[in-house]
Amino acid sequence: MTAPAVRTRRTSPAREALLGYSLLVPAFVVLGVFAYYPLYRLVHYALYRPNRFATREVYVGPSNISDVLGGDEFLDGLWITVKYVLYTVPTGLVLGLLLALAAHRHLRGIKVYQAIFSSTVATSVAVAAIVFFGLVNPEIGKFGDVEFISLARAESALRGVALTSIWQNIGLTFVIVLAGLQAVPDAVIEAARVDGFGPVRRLFRVTLPLISPTLLFLVVILLIFGFQAFAPMELLTNGGPARSTETLVFKIFRRQGPAQISEGAVMALGLFGLTFLVTLLQLTLLNRRVHYGD
Amino acid sequence: MATDRTRGVPPVVRNAGWYVLLTALSLLVLYPVWMTIVRAISEPFVYIQEGQPFFPVAVDWGVFGTAWADGAMGRSMLLTTAVVAVITVAQLVTSTLAAYSFAYLRFPFKNVLFVLLIATLLLPIEVTLLTNVRTIRELEWLNSFQGLTGPFLASAFGIFLLRQGFLGVPSELRDAARLDGFGHLAFLRKVALPVNRPIVGSFVLITALGAWNNYLWPRAAVTEERWETIQVALRRISVARPERFNVGVAAAIVASIPILVLLVVFQKQIIRGLTAGAVKG
Repeated sequence: MTAPAVRTRRTSPAREALLGYSLLVPAFVVLGVFAYYPLYRLVHYALYRPNRFATREVYVGPSNISDVLGGDEFLDGLWITVKYVLYTVPTGLVLGLLLALAAHRHLRGIKVYQAIFSSTVATSVAVAAIVFFGLVNPEIGKFGDVEFISLARAESALRGVALTSIWQNIGLTFVIVLAGLQAVPDAVIEAARVDGFGPVRRLFRVTLPLISPTLLFLVVILLIFGFQAFAPMELLTNGGPARSTETLVFKIFRRQGPAQISEGAVMALGLFGLTFLVTLLQLTLLNRRVHYGD
Repeated sequence: MATDRTRGVPPVVRNAGWYVLLTALSLLVLYPVWMTIVRAISEPFVYIQEGQPFFPVAVDWGVFGTAWADGAMGRSMLLTTAVVAVITVAQLVTSTLAAYSFAYLRFPFKNVLFVLLIATLLLPIEVTLLTNVRTIRELEWLNSFQGLTGPFLASAFGIFLLRQGFLGVPSELRDAARLDGFGHLAFLRKVALPVNRPIVGSFVLITALGAWNNYLWPRAAVTEERWETIQVALRRISVARPERFNVGVAAAIVASIPILVLLVVFQKQIIRGLTAGAVKG
């Protein structure tokens, strides 16, 4: 269904091309300065290390990249990031699904419940972190002495921090799953009911498979949010205790000075790789699913 | 959903179980918000002495005024509003132009350029943070309006979204516009944009929300208090001073009000924007 391009009588192909390129200029200038160029500079800093006063740079070569990616700092940050994702993504997904399944029905006043469940979509990370500071901070938090989520202990602090993201993502997760559920035709569910499927079998054999693309989309979003989380750590624990909540982005943020930017740049490239992998995974799964449906 | 067993029973009673479950879940979601409000308006000394109650004690509404004045929130919120306005308008303009070009015009290397554009979705500010900070430092844009807005003046997401919308304009409309002798600008203004008003509206709202709530970039691009956007200012007002946390959470509540108003007024558009691409992947 490729519709013909809109053309006026006078536009020649050359003029059309010229117009086409000129309309792209503003966007590509911005992306050039703030996306492509910084990527190039990341690679540069990965290979050249500035001295402490940034007066000159020393070539450190590809060995710097393997040193950092194989080093304790990066691997620590990676592991903490992965743990953060493990704490936030499955919980978030299940919560969102639960809320959406509960609120996807014809009831008087259901819109009120839907509005409540989606209310956290507009909450900023900083506000969410402040809300949970009041709940889990060891000194002033109501649940500050609950061991499982205690911010005062290295073993549990990351779980306490994760509550912020879990709660903040509830709204988004809910609206996305609900949109998925609403796109399932009622007739399909009704047919399964007529075929004698009970509620549990309907859920696992009909509804969930039908909304699986939506769930996949959601998992990818939550994974990327998890990889990129920064404010909850900075505001709740500032990376501590014993650096147990220093995720990759937190470590990158702390490496702005000339002495550390080389290490930070490699870490940022590592984060880039991680995001890339997740996106690749999504595309692969989506393709498989399309063939499956034939 | 009436079965034989429940026919004739009023729906509210028949569905009592669902109402109980939904109400319980609502309380769970709202609990952190409630506790935050209680902490803000309760007198902190009584509050700490008697343990943390579920209901406010010795209520003091003046805390919001204190937060506003102490935290210099007015200045910060004004600055943030200006940042949000510039980012939103700029993204709308740059995205519309580029999306129009990709959707309707023919030129060599179009597909290559489009792939190059989409690839920037893999370069979020978290990845490019260090070198972007270096760039604005070298431009002497640290603590400046240009520094706060620069990286967000264009977005691949916006171009992609609007291009999809433009491609969806029915070809009959395009033919009609051509017959009427519409040039590109007229077609964009009188057909392509108006037809896509819902998409444009959602995009504008999502962009504005994101810009208001952004934390990492303004945190890195600003070193002076007077250039702090509201989210960054909240850090200074709240968690940096746990002894006056009631003022801090009051500030967080005040900072959320504009966003809550937006959410209440434009709930449908915002949710449509957030779920774009989620269904029928």
